[in-house]
Amino acid sequence: MRPQAWNEKIMRGVFFAAASTSVLVVAFICIYLFHNGALALTKIGLWNFLAGTVWRPNIEIFGIFPMILGSIYVTLGAIIVGVPTGILTAVFMAFYCPQKLYRPLKIATDILAGIPSVVYGFFGLVVIVPLVRDFGQALGFGGNGNSIVTASLLLGIMILPTIISVTESALRAVPALYYEGAVALGASHEQSVFHVVLPAAKSGVLAGIVLGIGRAVGETMAVIMVAGNQARIPTDIFQGVRTLTANVVIEMGYAADLHREALIATGVVLFCFILMINLGLACINRKNMTKKGK
Amino acid sequence: MDKITINSINLFYDDFQALKNINLCLPAQNITAFIGPSGCGKSTLLKSINRMNELIPDCKIEGEILLDNKNVYTEYDVNILRKKVGMVFQKPNLFPMSIYDNIAYGPRTHGVTKKADLEEIVVTSLQRAAVWEESRDRLNKNALGLSGGQQQRLCIARTLAVNPEVLLMDEPTSALDPVSTAKIEDLLIELKKQYTIVIVTHNMQQAMRISDNTAFFLLGEVIEYNTTNKLFSIPQDKRTEDYITGRFG
Repeated sequence: MRPQAWNEKIMRGVFFAAASTSVLVVAFICIYLFHNGALALTKIGLWNFLAGTVWRPNIEIFGIFPMILGSIYVTLGAIIVGVPTGILTAVFMAFYCPQKLYRPLKIATDILAGIPSVVYGFFGLVVIVPLVRDFGQALGFGGNGNSIVTASLLLGIMILPTIISVTESALRAVPALYYEGAVALGASHEQSVFHVVLPAAKSGVLAGIVLGIGRAVGETMAVIMVAGNQARIPTDIFQGVRTLTANVVIEMGYAADLHREALIATGVVLFCFILMINLGLACINRKNMTKKGK
Repeated sequence: MDKITINSINLFYDDFQALKNINLCLPAQNITAFIGPSGCGKSTLLKSINRMNELIPDCKIEGEILLDNKNVYTEYDVNILRKKVGMVFQKPNLFPMSIYDNIAYGPRTHGVTKKADLEEIVVTSLQRAAVWEESRDRLNKNALGLSGGQQQRLCIARTLAVNPEVLLMDEPTSALDPVSTAKIEDLLIELKKQYTIVIVTHNMQQAMRISDNTAFFLLGEVIEYNTTNKLFSIPQDKRTEDYITGRFG
């Protein structure tokens, strides 16, 4: 064989090994997580674990329903705050922004994406928590400001860069012909952008939202710092809440035996959430593909 | 009667002068063809009539274009103007929605909300654009599933749905096969009974077949403007003769 062919073979092996790494890591995480989580689930019982409303590790009662609700609440809150803001920002950047303003805006959103979550947490603690506390008290709710509202606001801000950048590129990928067609019919700039271009970019926008949701569900540090972390079902949005991620991080340090296994099982539930979100994203992408292929 | 009057139009893209002192009168209920080699400014002039040139940054225009004796740049609201002066593009540009929603888009934009009214507009527009038979059973299907020729006739239907007076056509058949082209040409001859049509075309046979008047453009100037018969049979200018006999361009 020629020496060059040997080189190619070796390099192909190197590339293959590199490409396999991520697949293998995912596989190992799955195996480890589900193996360890399964232990706890068999001891506690799947239904008791998922639907149990009481979490008392000291007397071996492990119900994570409050944490599942907690994750869902703050994620919904983040969607309410982040999705409209993010989409409108992207529309502004793609269709309204004066040239001079574009670069600062782009740089700002890029920086927003790079800020460590613990810094977001500090910001939430120092700025948002007192504001929410005063606001909640003015409305007649109790609470010390560490609440669903605070976590939602903070997470809403944190998912902005994802939603903005994905939505903006989806909007820019819409052929200019659509916009021109709408304008040529006598539609105003607003009507053309919101009724033709934005719907045409729908699947890209959805992908951005799903990515943002993934980030919100998985976020840990910032949420712990502002959400209060009480393991109970909240009755109003100014009460504290504990998410699945917070549950693991807060107690993992001192947990042992069944408690430790229950925390790993919490991780399994979180992992399933993320898997479902990614599945949703894959479905959206597949739909895109078939549409374009037509 | 002249529907559109173009008076000493000069148009610049930055420093480049794309149109030089254009003067034309386009009669109502006629088809006027703009012919000439690529880059001669005929599409640019077409776009200036419904102010689509304003979408291009650094585009500056001098002179006046009158529609029914009113200046399109100063005496019309741009959205009203574009409703009156419809445009069909080189490539079919239906929106990624159902056929029905495509045709209903314009009327909805201009405030028609009653379902019965919209339905009537959609049906008559499709009938006028001679695409009703092919689309009646698939009004709720995605419009992008149709053939190029059908899509282009739907684009014409969509333009007709806002009840325009003038139709601007920017090489509407250049992306289509001969059969679809023939259908659209027949359609245009039918439509000129009601509408004033201006068509940019690279196809001189097309200009001869369908237009009443023809303007020959070269390097941003109108070299010759006459009835189509005269321009093609006894061209006055040497450059026109060279172009239509295929010696350049």
